[in-house]
Amino acid sequence: MPHSPAVEVRGLVKRYDGRAVVDGLDLSAAAGRVTAVLGPNGAGKTTTVECCEGLRPPDAGTVRVLGLDPVADGAALRPLVGVMLQDGGLPTGVRAREMLDHVARMYADPWDTDALAERLGLDGFARTTVRRLSGGQRQRLALAVAVVGRPRVVFLDEPSAGMDPQSRLAVWQLVRELRDEGAAVILTTHLMEEAEDLADHVVVVDHGTVIAQGSVPELLATDVDRRGAATLVVHTAHDVAATGLRERLGPSYAVEHRSATSLAVTGEVTPSTVATVTAWLAAQDVLVTRLDLGRRTLEDVFLDLTGRSLR
Amino acid sequence: MTAPAGHPAPGRHAAAPGARRVLAQAGFEARMILRNGEQVLVAVVIPVLALVGLVQGTFVEIDTAGSSRVDFLTPGVLALAVMTASFTSQAIATGFDRRNGVLRLLATTPLGRGGLLAGKVLGVLAVEAVQVLLLGAAAVVLGWRPGVAGVVLALVGVVLGTAAFTALALLVAGTLRAEAVLALANLLLLVLALGGGVIVPADRLPGPFAALASWLPSGAFGDVLRGALLDGSLPLLPVLVLAAWAVGLGALAARFFRWH
Repeated sequence: MPHSPAVEVRGLVKRYDGRAVVDGLDLSAAAGRVTAVLGPNGAGKTTTVECCEGLRPPDAGTVRVLGLDPVADGAALRPLVGVMLQDGGLPTGVRAREMLDHVARMYADPWDTDALAERLGLDGFARTTVRRLSGGQRQRLALAVAVVGRPRVVFLDEPSAGMDPQSRLAVWQLVRELRDEGAAVILTTHLMEEAEDLADHVVVVDHGTVIAQGSVPELLATDVDRRGAATLVVHTAHDVAATGLRERLGPSYAVEHRSATSLAVTGEVTPSTVATVTAWLAAQDVLVTRLDLGRRTLEDVFLDLTGRSLR
Repeated sequence: MTAPAGHPAPGRHAAAPGARRVLAQAGFEARMILRNGEQVLVAVVIPVLALVGLVQGTFVEIDTAGSSRVDFLTPGVLALAVMTASFTSQAIATGFDRRNGVLRLLATTPLGRGGLLAGKVLGVLAVEAVQVLLLGAAAVVLGWRPGVAGVVLALVGVVLGTAAFTALALLVAGTLRAEAVLALANLLLLVLALGGGVIVPADRLPGPFAALASWLPSGAFGDVLRGALLDGSLPLLPVLVLAAWAVGLGALAARFFRWH
């Protein structure tokens, strides 16, 4: 078991009205790991997980979950898989706790719903109907419904959408515990922070195919190797012009604006580079409000891979 | 058998037995309908008021062909009530559940698509049991005295009518937008109730309606229940017409129903 992936997707193709939304996608997710499928809207993330959940038959390629075909072996697979849909899938007229208890009845050996409700803070709105819940409350209820069967594979489609920070922390904590207990967790997200903090493995998807994958450090490291350099980002209290700093640092550094009040310096960043930048700002009486050194974020990698323009 | 409290340890990963899953879904569906005020109004209150009004009131002239008004009208009002539960309520509920992803979510649980459909049909039958008991009680108070054989045959007719109208509900709910389902389900119920041969038999309708209505599922259903409860026998042609609708609409729903 530890050697065979919990989810294995090979050459997946899915077309809507002749247009390929997923186009030759390969993906594998291991048990005891959180795998984040990261990509912009319309990249094919939701369609991919819906093929894994047995909700859509693939047009080409193979999908195996715990070695089974999600469509043909659905009856055997459904007790082993938990699903949180992007649009929730909760009936609007049902009370929160009633929905959780109802789905629990579908399993022979479900999670104790009292304990689960307490874990995810559902008790405060147990008797409230779904249509009157806030976005964060709905997401917590949908997560509870996804895990109440104590699944071996969990698919979470944009689990943090519309959540307040407290809800998000509770959700992330539960996702980590599921992983530590050996479940394979596959989550789609366009939140870098979520992928960076939570994922053991990140798969970057765009235009229906995988364009990069690896652990977060791996993705960041390949990026640094490619550039042979690190990046220093300074945020300032006032607007500054990049031109003066460019002259001061010389041609071996690239200086560009991130915004009117932040500059990114790319090159071989040494202690004296930092000193030069701050001294130059001090000479202009500009206060540094934040300084990020060395490590590019997953967001930088993501934007480099998928492009910075709106689509 | 439950997990240690608050601890996400892997479970036995087994589904609950199939019958338990379907019964749980049926109870869930029936509760949702009977808790919704509008649904109760349409499914129970309006049919009961219609029965009392039509039987007691003299504002509508009805040729009862020798039967008492309550004997003549009760089968048609029962048919109408069954249509509200199996068609209108079910179409609206399924249409919105489809839009909200409820159908897809439940299809990923051990219930599955087949269990969900079975649960829906049983849920409809449970609501109909409530309707039949309340309407039957109201009719008895008004002087209705049906024969035992007629009641048994009528129950067969109710199952057949439920099959046809649930199939129509799923066809509408599985192909149209939720808002369009809401509008169409209500409109169709009103049209069929007034001119579809449910309460007023097809052959008493004016001109072209008379010819058309007996071939509609509504007219056939009304005739089946009137045959059972007034004559104590199932009329062959309306039974065949209703069965043909059930098979045809079922095949269309199976072919065109979209889960997304």
